[in-house]
Amino acid sequence: MPASRALTIALFVGLVALALFPLFGDKYYIQLLTKIMIMAIFAMSLDLLVGYTGLVSLGHAAFFGLAGYVLAMMAPQDAAASLWITLPAALGGAALAALIIGFLVLRTSGIYFIMVTLAFAQMLFFFIHDSKYFGGSDGAYVYFRPTAALTGVQLFDLENFNHFYYVVLALMAGVYVLLQVILRSPFGAVIVGIRTNEHRMRSLGYPTFRYKLVCFVIGGTVAGLAGYFNAAQFGFVNPELLSWHQSGIALMMVLLGGMGTLFGPVLGAFAMILLEQLFQGLTEHWLLVMGGFIIAVVLFLPHGLYGLAAQLGRKREAEND
Amino acid sequence: MTDTVLQTHELSKRFGGLAAVSNVSLELNVGRIHAVIGPNGAGKSTLINMLSGDLSPTSGRIVYRGGEITGFSADRISRLGIGRSYQKTNIFLGFTAYENCRLAAQSRLPSSMRFFRRATTYHRVRDAAEKALAQAGLENRAGTLASALSHGEQRQLEIAMCLATSPKLLLLDEPLAGMGAEESARMVELLKSLAAGHAMLLVEHDMDAVFTLAEVLTVMVNGCVLESGTPEQIRASPAVREAYLGTEDLAHG
Amino acid sequence: MDLNIFLIQFLNGIQYGLLLFLVASGLTLIFGIMGIINLAHGSFYMVGAYLAFAFTRATGNLGLAILLGLAAAVVLGLVLERALIRVLYQRDHLYQVLLTYGLILVFEELRSVLFGNDVHGVPIPQWLSYSIPLTDTLSYPVYRVAISGVCVALVAGMYYLINRTRLGMMIRAGASNREMVQSLGINIKLIYTAVFALGVALAAFAGMIAAPIASVFPGMGNQILIISFVVVVIGGIGSITGTLLSALLIGLADTFGQVLLPELAGMTVYLVMALMLLWRPQGMFRKSA
Repeated sequence: MPASRALTIALFVGLVALALFPLFGDKYYIQLLTKIMIMAIFAMSLDLLVGYTGLVSLGHAAFFGLAGYVLAMMAPQDAAASLWITLPAALGGAALAALIIGFLVLRTSGIYFIMVTLAFAQMLFFFIHDSKYFGGSDGAYVYFRPTAALTGVQLFDLENFNHFYYVVLALMAGVYVLLQVILRSPFGAVIVGIRTNEHRMRSLGYPTFRYKLVCFVIGGTVAGLAGYFNAAQFGFVNPELLSWHQSGIALMMVLLGGMGTLFGPVLGAFAMILLEQLFQGLTEHWLLVMGGFIIAVVLFLPHGLYGLAAQLGRKREAEND
Repeated sequence: MTDTVLQTHELSKRFGGLAAVSNVSLELNVGRIHAVIGPNGAGKSTLINMLSGDLSPTSGRIVYRGGEITGFSADRISRLGIGRSYQKTNIFLGFTAYENCRLAAQSRLPSSMRFFRRATTYHRVRDAAEKALAQAGLENRAGTLASALSHGEQRQLEIAMCLATSPKLLLLDEPLAGMGAEESARMVELLKSLAAGHAMLLVEHDMDAVFTLAEVLTVMVNGCVLESGTPEQIRASPAVREAYLGTEDLAHG
Repeated sequence: MDLNIFLIQFLNGIQYGLLLFLVASGLTLIFGIMGIINLAHGSFYMVGAYLAFAFTRATGNLGLAILLGLAAAVVLGLVLERALIRVLYQRDHLYQVLLTYGLILVFEELRSVLFGNDVHGVPIPQWLSYSIPLTDTLSYPVYRVAISGVCVALVAGMYYLINRTRLGMMIRAGASNREMVQSLGINIKLIYTAVFALGVALAAFAGMIAAPIASVFPGMGNQILIISFVVVVIGGIGSITGTLLSALLIGLADTFGQVLLPELAGMTVYLVMALMLLWRPQGMFRKSA
């Protein structure tokens, strides 16, 4: 079986399983899966930068957290905010932040880029952390989930955890398709070229800075989408959402699943969050186990689960021949 | 001359205290191959890098088709119609030969900020890529990964990518480097066929090829122009004989 | 601002900057020579501080604690380089980032297991716990002056090491031309191990001497790591002079930022970095490629 067909089948089976899950699963697991799918959107947005464009950002959580804060700041205490107003505002906020930060950080490359993205995310972290307006280190609440009512018609109700689940599932699938389309477009060809050899892309006539900046903004906006729904799900935001630990975990999801594939980050999000649950059940000092796990993955699984599956597939094919 | 494409005026590049290129003035014309020769470290690559925008000159001017382009960025210079190849093969090894050329040809779209249509469905880009592959003699290798091509084919692909950007001026940095005799002969034929429609600056160590191809030669030593002229003039120049070319080399040419 | 207060803040800024130099110079050497981005560098600062805390509690003598702590830090550096860092030389930055991120989690959690999550103090040695009176109401602690003095001596030592010694020559050569060094028969692996251990020791030492004034607390490593990144970005990778000037600039900016712009205190150094990126994205002292 060719790899691309195996992948299509796996994706389809996965999608059907996720679509049917709420019919059987209980509330706790439905909400856990919702959280995982939100993180999968976040991880895909980061993979667009890391895996496809070669931009190792350690500050991607800034856009995730910022969009959540936009919702928290716009949501009234005694009523639900409109999804159709707050979501565009949150995405716009994340995009604008990505544009400004991207304009500065993309002037650097390599190791500098890693350090500078981290530093700018930290700057936003402190901006929110130190300001009374945003609730400081205590964070802020979103008292009601945004309402999707439009001219009196309620398409879906985010207060209903089943509805919320399906909205997020649709968004995850939508983001997957959207990024897939973008990657096959002329724009996608350019960013992949930049990852491979930016210098040559310039000598072929591509103003690479512009393309990297647009890519950074797309990634930041999609991260904002994930951050918005994360805030909506938990009804609470705090500065930790922007912290570099959040960025680090997302990077780990990308690597664990298999970077440079869109399927990988989704897989990585599932694996990381389920492992987190597992380790938390084992010991109070689960971060110790997680740290060891991350080190082990870097040492022994550099191409992630996707790479492992591909390797096993090739092996089986070789045996069948 | 009416069809002058590019002129440099007193072009210089210094790295700290070291003058890599000093006061080089030359003129490139359509239909004429202009070769720059000289020993290693003479400043030939630095010269090409300034013309292609990879380096910005310390002083001097570059005029391209009547407009000054001194210090322009590499991508801007490429979009103006100046294509270059690299001495060290500089292709996308993970892509097929065709994809390499497609990516090069796509750079001639007014913009690649197109997000929703498949990159492979742009006919103008496809045609330009296929034409460039054919011109470079690689049409049979279109679907082969660049990393699987032989060294000579990779050099051909390097030229094909350059051609796919439909340049008016070609800057070729040692296109024959590391090639066998047969591959060299093919490349010489290719360059000859390109001469008619393009202006060309050729940096090359292979003297046989240089004297076969070039109508004008510039000899550089230590960053300075030692002599400039037709192949006959260069052969006859005592300064060149003394400084660079062994008499035996000239006898062969 | 009163002149005396200004002077005190100025001295604090310089002292903080010098401390930052110790951490950042290790980072920049490890980047510049080994090509490794080491997120765990802040953890070494934390390890140093907790070693100082533990050994002082055990021996009652900060000087002895620092000696023991330094020895432990060097051993830690040697072991880590041999066991883990070595794998990363041929790998992309992403792997370096993640492996050293994993190390941070391990160090942070080990700290929590061994010392808990409380803030601990380390006493200033008796013979240094005096203050120099400036006016009737203001004075400046001798211990801070001593820290600055020790740091200045270390800066001088680093200059001597890099520019005057045989090891320094190899380090400089290794940074610019790996193959050449190896072809000369110089054991580059050994140099890498030494550089890494030196970096760990410098960061740990900074943590040890800072412990009595800054106390030891969870998360202290990450805080200094990110500030050190800013120092390295501004100073330029591999430049000791750049790192020193940049560290002093950031030390002063942070200290005066807290006095003059308390609302934006956490952001001051990042604003300086943003301005620097607009002005000179390649860093103050980075040689243009």
